[in-house]
Amino acid sequence: MAENKEARIGVFVCHCGTNIAGSIDVGAVAEYAKTLPNVVHADEYQYMCSTPGQTKIMDAIKEKDLTGVVVAACSPRLHEPTFRTASAEGGLNPFRFEMANIREQNSWVHMHDREGATEKAKDSVRIAVAKASLLEDLIPKSVPVEKAALVVGGGVAGMQAALDLGSAGIKTYLIEREPSIGGRMSQLDKTFPTLDCSQCILTPKMVDVGRHPNIELMTYTEVEEVEGYIGNFEVTLRKKARGVMFPDEAEAKGIVGGGCNGCGDCAEVCPVIKGNKFELDMAPRKAVYINHPQVMPLIYTVDFNTCIKCGLCVEACGDKKAIDLDMVDEFVKIKVGTAILATGYDLFPIENKTEWGYKKYENVITGLEFERLICASGPTGGHLIRPSDGETPKKVAFVLCAGSRDNTGVGKPYCSRFCCMYSLKHAHQIIEKIPGAQPYILYMDIRSFGKMYEEFYYRIQDEGAKFIRGRVANILEDATTKNLHVYTEDTLLQRPIDLEVDLVVLASAVQPSAGADTVRKLFGVSNSQDGWMLEAHPKLNPCGTTTAGVFLAGVCQGPKDIPDTVAQAEGAASAASIPIHMGQVDLEPYFAQCVEEKCAGCGMCVNLCPYSALALVEKEGRKVMQVTEAKCKGCGTCGGFCPGGAIRMQHFTTPQIVAQIDAFLLGGEQ
Amino acid sequence: MAEEWKPKIIAIICNWCSYAGADLAGGARIQYPPDIRAIRVMCTGRIDPLFIMKAFQDGADGVLVSGCHFGDCHYLEGNYKAAKRMFLVKNVLKNIGLNDKRLRMTFVSASEGAKWAGVVEDVIKTVKELGPSPLKQFEK
Repeated sequence: MAENKEARIGVFVCHCGTNIAGSIDVGAVAEYAKTLPNVVHADEYQYMCSTPGQTKIMDAIKEKDLTGVVVAACSPRLHEPTFRTASAEGGLNPFRFEMANIREQNSWVHMHDREGATEKAKDSVRIAVAKASLLEDLIPKSVPVEKAALVVGGGVAGMQAALDLGSAGIKTYLIEREPSIGGRMSQLDKTFPTLDCSQCILTPKMVDVGRHPNIELMTYTEVEEVEGYIGNFEVTLRKKARGVMFPDEAEAKGIVGGGCNGCGDCAEVCPVIKGNKFELDMAPRKAVYINHPQVMPLIYTVDFNTCIKCGLCVEACGDKKAIDLDMVDEFVKIKVGTAILATGYDLFPIENKTEWGYKKYENVITGLEFERLICASGPTGGHLIRPSDGETPKKVAFVLCAGSRDNTGVGKPYCSRFCCMYSLKHAHQIIEKIPGAQPYILYMDIRSFGKMYEEFYYRIQDEGAKFIRGRVANILEDATTKNLHVYTEDTLLQRPIDLEVDLVVLASAVQPSAGADTVRKLFGVSNSQDGWMLEAHPKLNPCGTTTAGVFLAGVCQGPKDIPDTVAQAEGAASAASIPIHMGQVDLEPYFAQCVEEKCAGCGMCVNLCPYSALALVEKEGRKVMQVTEAKCKGCGTCGGFCPGGAIRMQHFTTPQIVAQIDAFLLGGEQ
Repeated sequence: MAEEWKPKIIAIICNWCSYAGADLAGGARIQYPPDIRAIRVMCTGRIDPLFIMKAFQDGADGVLVSGCHFGDCHYLEGNYKAAKRMFLVKNVLKNIGLNDKRLRMTFVSASEGAKWAGVVEDVIKTVKELGPSPLKQFEK
């Protein structure tokens, strides 16, 4: 067993109140630590992370001249930074600290096996001491941070994040895959509980984004490739061919006074008619189009999937020469220090819940379709109609938890968090707009948790909406009247109900937007079990991710309403601006190193490295591998393969790992 | 044997997915048997096949290697490389007469605490069924 004879290790075992001490004999573990090779000091304490706990570490380093510190407590993913700092304050290089996880992976998972847990804790300490004995001084590499940020997604989250970053003096690229920013919020009519018009409060922000001197808005653009690391991300963007030039693009091509001014002459003559995605296919759209009057930026886009290239639009555009039907996708490379992902959500395909008849019965619609139908700028000018006959519906059923809180395997197990509230708002809207209308809210539980939400709920009750508690079993259509029969159980009255209504609105569950997963993987962000992007810590780091320099805003991290989305966006912007304002960041020094005497120059490692951090160079007449530290992320894939053992992974060296294996398997009680 | 035989199982797991998943199992207090000791590496790509051989030589009854799901590796593709290497080691184990079920590679993400507990339970069960490593007979 490789043993560093000069190592002097201090071991500190934490009680964590009863979190650890409740299942592990902490005293026995500390006593055991004293018997281990190289250990010159062992102690236990109630809360090692407290100031007195950390002082114990600092004092021991000085008094016992320690060369390494082991704390047996919670997960290193939680408190390693704390104890590294304490070790450094005690005068030790912070990388001479090692943690034994005896809480998350021991006391909390073996709560009813005190003996087994205590034995495991002793082994964990022994393993940690073995590694600590071989740890060495490491110096983090400081790298400069590019003074620019990227925001992916131009919904309200992305817009808010970009505005905050831009206003903090940071050059910000805001990219959006659709032709216009605005996102889901621009599709909504009114917002709960204040009932202000969604577009009215959103368009000023859209205009601000468009005009902001520090924001470079790139619509109809997607992320193609991401390279680099915090401070130095190199992102390749795909500017999709939109077939129409901005005035400045036209000018660059020598067309003076040309480019799109949004007049719409092209759309007028375009002979192609397709469904308007923004209006959820409830209104027509031409092949050259804008989605709605408030688009930002105001520029038409050619949908090359439907365009027949007849050229009528080019003629109509005339001297402006804005339209180029031969335009192809362009690739742009940008360098940014940090990035915020705000990719938003899509509706869960509620037709999968076949019992509710969406897409089978014309008069079953989703909440989002209701938003467009009740919106003054929508396909019906704000007159709510039944799709089957254009009549105004009087009796409307709102089915809540449509695909949410669904453990059948078809829907989503989580609560989509804003459907209760928008359904209450919908109920209010039909009472307000349609005389004699009767909304029925079919709910499991009403979750009105936000500021002024509960008050809004009472208001809708007072306005006359009828609330029926129970999950809707199925919906059938009357073939003649196209009315719908909603079958459910009123669980409060304990009786089955057959409710005949004119229109059914399904408050469909939400899911990560199509393409969000691609973006997630490009940035190396993990996902939660339910498919949303995973935050670094659910409570204490809800904007961060496990990829340093990448942050989350809005629904891409989990369902949330507009206030929460905007708050998180501001949080993410603040977090993303810190490294940029600091100007430099420290990278953990877990770099690969080449032991040149052992390197045979075979070059196998060069091909293994996913970051092109390794290269073969000529040295003293032979080839050896060389590492570019700034590119190396410390995964160790090269070190796990090198046939000659010539690669040294700092902080995870072969002797250190083998010492851990040996300590567990050979180092126990003889 | 008066006492029940306790297998010695070592887990070498990646920092970003499986270690985080194991932490999550703790946070959720999902109980599983304690007969496993984990060593943390940044990526399963770091795991030299010789580490596995060393563990068996030292008398390990089982080895668990656990990383991110394919396509989810924090370092893009370290887990693919680890999986390839573990296939290789399994072949070696088979050829030297050691049951290759003693080595397991799994993929547990940072959000799969319950899966981690299930994996550990299953590995312990498998190794217990196989009994002590035959290499133990060469111990001093």
